[in-house]
Amino acid sequence: MKVKWLISGLIPLLLLIVVVAWVMINGAGIEKDPAAPIEVLNIERIDTTNNGFELSISNTGPEAITISQVIVNDSIWDFKVSPSETFKRFEEGKVTINYPWVQGDPHVIKIITDNGIITEGEIAAATLTPEKSWNNFLNYGFIGFYVGVVPITLGLLWYPFMKRFSRKWINAILALTVGLLLFLFIGTLADGFEIGAEAPAVLQGNMVVIIGAFVTFLLLIGFDQYQQKRLEKKAFSPFNIALLMAVGIGLHNFGEGLAIGTSFSLGEAALGTFLIIGFTLHNITEGIGIAAPLLKMKPRIRDFVLLGLIAGAPAILGTWFGGFIYSPILGALFLGIGAGAILQVIYVITKMLINDHKKHLEPTVSWLNLSGFTIGLLIMYLTAFFVKY
Amino acid sequence: MSEENNVSRRDILKLGSAGVIGLAGSYLVNTMTGLTPVVKAATHSGKKHGNMNHSNNMTDVSKSEGYKMAEKLLTTFDYGKVSILPNGQTLRVYEVEAIDKEIEIAKGIMFPGWTYNGTIPGPTFRCTEGDLLRFNFINKGSHPHSIHFHGIHPPEMDGLESIYPGQKFTYEFEAKPYGLQIYHCHVLPLARHIHKGLYGNFIIDPKKPREPALELNMVMNGFDLDLDGENEFYTVNGYANAFMNHPIKIKKNQLVRIYLSNLTEFDLLNSFHLHANYFTYYPTGRNDNPSQFTDTIMQCQGERGILEVRFPYTGKYMFHAHVSEFAELGWMGFFEVE
Repeated sequence: MKVKWLISGLIPLLLLIVVVAWVMINGAGIEKDPAAPIEVLNIERIDTTNNGFELSISNTGPEAITISQVIVNDSIWDFKVSPSETFKRFEEGKVTINYPWVQGDPHVIKIITDNGIITEGEIAAATLTPEKSWNNFLNYGFIGFYVGVVPITLGLLWYPFMKRFSRKWINAILALTVGLLLFLFIGTLADGFEIGAEAPAVLQGNMVVIIGAFVTFLLLIGFDQYQQKRLEKKAFSPFNIALLMAVGIGLHNFGEGLAIGTSFSLGEAALGTFLIIGFTLHNITEGIGIAAPLLKMKPRIRDFVLLGLIAGAPAILGTWFGGFIYSPILGALFLGIGAGAILQVIYVITKMLINDHKKHLEPTVSWLNLSGFTIGLLIMYLTAFFVKY
Repeated sequence: MSEENNVSRRDILKLGSAGVIGLAGSYLVNTMTGLTPVVKAATHSGKKHGNMNHSNNMTDVSKSEGYKMAEKLLTTFDYGKVSILPNGQTLRVYEVEAIDKEIEIAKGIMFPGWTYNGTIPGPTFRCTEGDLLRFNFINKGSHPHSIHFHGIHPPEMDGLESIYPGQKFTYEFEAKPYGLQIYHCHVLPLARHIHKGLYGNFIIDPKKPREPALELNMVMNGFDLDLDGENEFYTVNGYANAFMNHPIKIKKNQLVRIYLSNLTEFDLLNSFHLHANYFTYYPTGRNDNPSQFTDTIMQCQGERGILEVRFPYTGKYMFHAHVSEFAELGWMGFFEVE
């Protein structure tokens, strides 16, 4: 019986193999040479070194690619390719170009294959790619600390002030937090899509963001339900909500750190200090958000430190990752996870608000809550002016 | 509510200490932006990386297919099949085929060209003023083509009519006037047909022969690989940096005559500049045209002329387009005088 059952599962599989084999051998009857050779060469990263440029490239097209010429700023230039000039499908390698680049100038590098297909890489403003030295490592870590840990800790400092609020006002603050988080959720998704688009097309960066977001969202909800069942608790523990929020915001800040680290390493962050001040202002609100669920409990000082670190420290990791490694597809995945975590917090807080108002027979969308929510969105919108350029 | 608040002011200060450290660090942030690199770029650092493939296009001395074509076009002239007509006139019969062919236009890069007799530029047809010329043209390509000659001839021999794939046509006319002419396809769209490679030089020698010299044929052109209306490579005789890595050998004080034309598509002008020497330039190859004694001349599309020069010193003389961009994209070369 069991054998029969197994065979019934294998039959379609075997037929599929037969069909695929038949098509591979005989063709599908629509064979036609493409009008132009299809080649997809990805320039994944351009490092600017003392001697010139170093390009990390990969072939994600359907056929092998042979690199024949390199043109830098409208000039044929010598180059070296490793491991070899021909790249098989999904093979990765490096193109090294000795070039007397000019500090701050844009540079356009064209890689031309034997079929005459051109792939262009651009350096917006040439500046030495930071070496992986201790000094730079510390500097980058410090940017992350400054845009992540500092503002969130400062935001948490509003806790004693908010603590004196009445229940209705606390709920309004929670509604404000929902506003903040909604803004962050959409912003994180958008950043994920932006970075995902830079990844090779074959890896489908956008889908990675979506998958990361939804799986994280459902996973967190599932985990939460499992814990409640186990502990036979009905309400969400405020600290757990704050913790989840810190995790979600942490991943979001990882994304911000990533963006900052990348733009610094690519020489694009002309705004420098101004940008960092902008992020600091922008992120203070995140601290308020994390403090809000704690208003109903007695947190210890080390809880605040923990939350501040969880929410803020990933920005440090982000700047390191963006500045020294930078992989668009991993960046997209992390941002997707962050978006999912934030969405879960929105869900939990909203549910908490609704339950609380139901218990007291009040409308959930009160004028106070609506105002809180709107102000939350507006604060994020307005402070984002400092970081958009 | 206040009794629930067991976070003391001192604790708050502790909490904020992280922020204070951060504030103090703003100075460090400023130093961070000052990751000022010192540019020590070296173009030709002698360092060799053992496991790397070298692609030194600017110093490639291998004789690739593309180079061989350019070298052959430099000194090969097609005089046709010669016979004498009863009236004493010389008859020259040329066989011309339009062929679709991939041409190597820079080391390793193939260009899907439309060619006359399989080269870009096409063969250099040569005759003497007053000869009767017959060009037996067969279109073996995939598109209609024609041959439009410059010079003086009856309009029905002007090559405006399309010769369709598989068809033949014989262009017949008397060679005049003497000078350097060009020929090219004149089927619409013109820019495409010319840019794909259907052009070449056409020399009508004067009845009184020119002074014996080392004669060189040079057609300046460009290649647009991604069809964006902008050339990626510029060459003489169809191969980027051909004579840069294989200098043209010349004897000291020998008379050198260069038949130079410009068939670059998409750019208005091309030019020729000779280093460390001067030449005499005869526009359209006519001795009766006002000549110039100079080291730089420019030609618009379809313009051509003859350069005559002697080299008084031995050594390497560079020549290139004085449009720096064209020079750096393949239009550079050397004369090596011995």
